[in-house]
Amino acid sequence: MTTVAVKPATMAQALTRALRDAMAADPAVHVMGEDVGTLGGVFRVTDGLAKEFGETRCTDTPLAEAGILGTAVGMAMYGLRPVVEMQFDAFAYPAFEQLISHVSRMRNRTRGRMPLPITVRVPYGGGIGGVEHHSDSSEAYYMATPGLHVVTPATVADAYGLLRRAIASDDPVVFLEPKRLYWSKDTWNPEQPTDVEPIGRAVVRRTGRSATLITYGPSVPVCLEAAEAAQAEGWDLEVVDLRSLVPFDDDTVCASVRRTGRAVVVHESGGFGGPGGEIAARVTERCFHHLEAPVLRVAGFDIPYPPPMLERHHLPGVDRILDAVARLQWEAEG
Amino acid sequence: MTVMEQRGAYRPAPPPAWQPRTDPAPLLPDERPYRVLGTEAAAKADPELLRRLYAQLVRGRRYNAQATALTKQGRLAVYPSSTGQEACEVAAALALEERDWLFPSYRDTLAVIARGVDPVEALTLLRGDWHTGYDPYAHRVAPLSTPLATQLPHAVGLAHAARLKGDDVVALAMVGDGGTSEGDFHEALNFAAVWQAPVVFLVQNNGFAISVPLAKQTAAPSLAHKAVGYGVPGRLVDGNDAAAVHEVLTDAVRHAREGGGPTLVEAVTYRIDAHTNADDATRYRGDTEIDAWRDHDPVLLLERELTDRGLLDEDTVRRAREDAETMAADLRARMNRDPELDPMHLFDQVYAETTSQLREQRALLRAELAAERQDQEGGAR
Ligand SMILES: Cc1ncc(C[n+]2csc(CCOP(=O)(O)OP(=O)(O)O)c2C)c(N)n1
Ligand SMILES: [Mg+2]
Repeated sequence: MTTVAVKPATMAQALTRALRDAMAADPAVHVMGEDVGTLGGVFRVTDGLAKEFGETRCTDTPLAEAGILGTAVGMAMYGLRPVVEMQFDAFAYPAFEQLISHVSRMRNRTRGRMPLPITVRVPYGGGIGGVEHHSDSSEAYYMATPGLHVVTPATVADAYGLLRRAIASDDPVVFLEPKRLYWSKDTWNPEQPTDVEPIGRAVVRRTGRSATLITYGPSVPVCLEAAEAAQAEGWDLEVVDLRSLVPFDDDTVCASVRRTGRAVVVHESGGFGGPGGEIAARVTERCFHHLEAPVLRVAGFDIPYPPPMLERHHLPGVDRILDAVARLQWEAEG
Repeated sequence: MTVMEQRGAYRPAPPPAWQPRTDPAPLLPDERPYRVLGTEAAAKADPELLRRLYAQLVRGRRYNAQATALTKQGRLAVYPSSTGQEACEVAAALALEERDWLFPSYRDTLAVIARGVDPVEALTLLRGDWHTGYDPYAHRVAPLSTPLATQLPHAVGLAHAARLKGDDVVALAMVGDGGTSEGDFHEALNFAAVWQAPVVFLVQNNGFAISVPLAKQTAAPSLAHKAVGYGVPGRLVDGNDAAAVHEVLTDAVRHAREGGGPTLVEAVTYRIDAHTNADDATRYRGDTEIDAWRDHDPVLLLERELTDRGLLDEDTVRRAREDAETMAADLRARMNRDPELDPMHLFDQVYAETTSQLREQRALLRAELAAERQDQEGGAR
């Protein structure tokens, strides 16, 4: 038996590896975006790809998000598999016209004749001290657009596996990369990358009996930390990492909530009109008779993303999660 | 008459005479970047203006150096320096009258302070305590805009509105070479031209959009040539020649004020520093290129001209430097103090009247902070 050295890798490195492997496996895969070539992307996720595959496979485009996604649509129509990078969450907005009017509905409009296998990579979320327009949680906009898959990894291994799945998907995938996890490390073996399950499967990151924390992306590590801290209070929390917001894995989520009887949804995105509302409604509809308390939400405030010096007050942290857990009507039990 | 009958009667004729709707020739930009310093045109320049520009350039250079130093000390989250581009920054501000408006991008804090905004207030965005730290109406300076080219339609709309109200106000909007690829650039120019809005677009072509050189950005003969397609005059100017930029912008502002409509000015310059302090420029450009531009430095160019013509005595130089040092010392002193932060401000001014949801969230944060304080005090005891 040979043992392969398993080294710690960052999420950014795993994403680079996923792009590289996808490009090597399929000549139709083209990476394009602002600064993705020579520079390797502002987060260095496309580092080395232009060198290895040439600038036609990894292209520095003109600075125009609508143009990037619009031309990707045409490229996909002609058999290519574009992976486009939006430099930051808030800079993807010029591309919304293409995303909403065409990318999301081309399959449906053409009765399945013209699917668009496009991956739109979007670094998202806060917690990196970014100045205005660099920290948005834009997932609710994407979720509200039928026809798009919305995927977001929380671990190094998932970053690799989910991105490979996204690129291989014949449907458009908005691939949300939690900026503040880019440098998070994990032991992960790039020579034997774990084959992640298909897009649309949530995973239980931590088992527990008292209540379920339902979360995704940048909030997963925060919830795991909260679950550790909760032990001191006598709560044994389960943490479900959704991995994919669309499609949504009702089965895994509801199985967990039926076991624990209590649930809190945690995300950075604003609470009002945010993903948590949909999730809480689904859980309530399906698990009503198992619930000991209303499903609660811990979310970012309903304000424009604040300046970096104040962002710690905005982001859901361990204390706010534990406060929510405390409000899950425990007294009714005893 | 049936279609067939019509066809039978059809007698082809040449199309109605065609001609361009306007003569493109006057719109075409200068053949090469217009220069004043070191040319015969310099003799006509007002010495007082040149000395004013000089003092502002010295101040601007110092400001860039100070702000960059503040990033190293952790006092600014990030700083996109305009070192090498001071002539454009300063001339843009000086070409405007009090009543005019400036629409800056994130790189243009220098133009913003040259317009009179307090340097610390201009830097709150980059320090990270509040997005726009100054009152846009106080000096008629729009918020520094980070989403590229999005400020350009705003400038057009404001200028249009001023005109509708009968005010002879001009808006000057700044954008980078990369920003000219965005859809908003196109839409702003088109609106400005159709409405004949009193707007001046200043494109600072500093060679790069982060790592992407102009060659990958556009195939246009020059960025100034883009104007022609909109029916707008394009001007090409040496962006490191403060006197030339000032003259071209002043002409364009006057033209706009007199009802002549918009102008697109491309100032050819160079970004001496990295994109921001967080950028590693060695990944995409070499030192020789930078050195070539250092030899065409905006501050030295003007200093040379003034000295050669005996317009710069030691006193003026000393005063300019002292003034710059005073500004830098004040900036240092005030930026080295922690800004006052009140987390409760997060909920202010989201709407004119707050909502019950925001009131709830405000109360939640207030309670959290009170508990935090109690913990700290408890810990201290
Ligand atoms: C809509 C949008 N897309 C992407 C970005 C990220 N970004 C910030 S600056 C920059 C380069 C801009 O280059 P240029 O317009 O030439 O201005 P310069 O930085 O050279 O002053 C990019 C891509 C942004 N701010 N806004
Ligand atoms: Mg530029």
